[in-house]
Amino acid sequence: MLHVELREAGFEPWQYLAEWQRQQIPAATARSGAAAVFVGTMRDFNEGDDVVEMYLEHYPGMTERQLESIAAEAIQTWSLDDVCIVHRVGEIHPADAIVLVAVWSAHRAEAFTACRHIMEVLKHQAPFWKQEKLATGSARWVEKNTQG
Amino acid sequence: MSVKVLFFASLRERLGRSEMLLDSNSALSVREVWEQGSGEASLPANVLVSVNHVYADAETSVKPGDEVAFFPPVTGG
Repeated sequence: MLHVELREAGFEPWQYLAEWQRQQIPAATARSGAAAVFVGTMRDFNEGDDVVEMYLEHYPGMTERQLESIAAEAIQTWSLDDVCIVHRVGEIHPADAIVLVAVWSAHRAEAFTACRHIMEVLKHQAPFWKQEKLATGSARWVEKNTQG
Repeated sequence: MSVKVLFFASLRERLGRSEMLLDSNSALSVREVWEQGSGEASLPANVLVSVNHVYADAETSVKPGDEVAFFPPVTGG
């Protein structure tokens, strides 16, 4: 199974995950021996400056399609049971969860590798752009990803 | 028929436009869509492009009815 969601509203990733697993994949608890989870959270600093808010722009249509394609490829490559990707768009504040990637598989190696892979490909291919608002009042576009 | 052209993020701000329609009755390359849509000569190396939501390059062919988007390197996650 593959689940991709873009949302403007904030979310609590662990609660979201528990709810999703309970509702969507009750059978997976027996099938999947491993689950790996990544949660990305907004920092209150970047490149030496205090950041007070961020706006996350995306390309409606293409962003969902890219995420679905990244998840589908990972399911195929590592024989995953399930993949769940949730990503915020719009206004985000420090300490907010930005992204949740969770994968379920029979064994741990596939789960760890696929979760990391999905996150790295998402950062380089999914059309999202961050604009930071600094404590000084100015705004700037983030031009590149931090090193993994 | 026309080609829908979109610009995102810092590129949209630099060019001062987010969306436009290019009239075209024949196939164009992405390079030609960029030249006509942005008013700039060559497609910069750090500008990414998609055609109908799939990554493309300067030589990809664009047909009337297609949607072409130009944007800076992505920074999600």
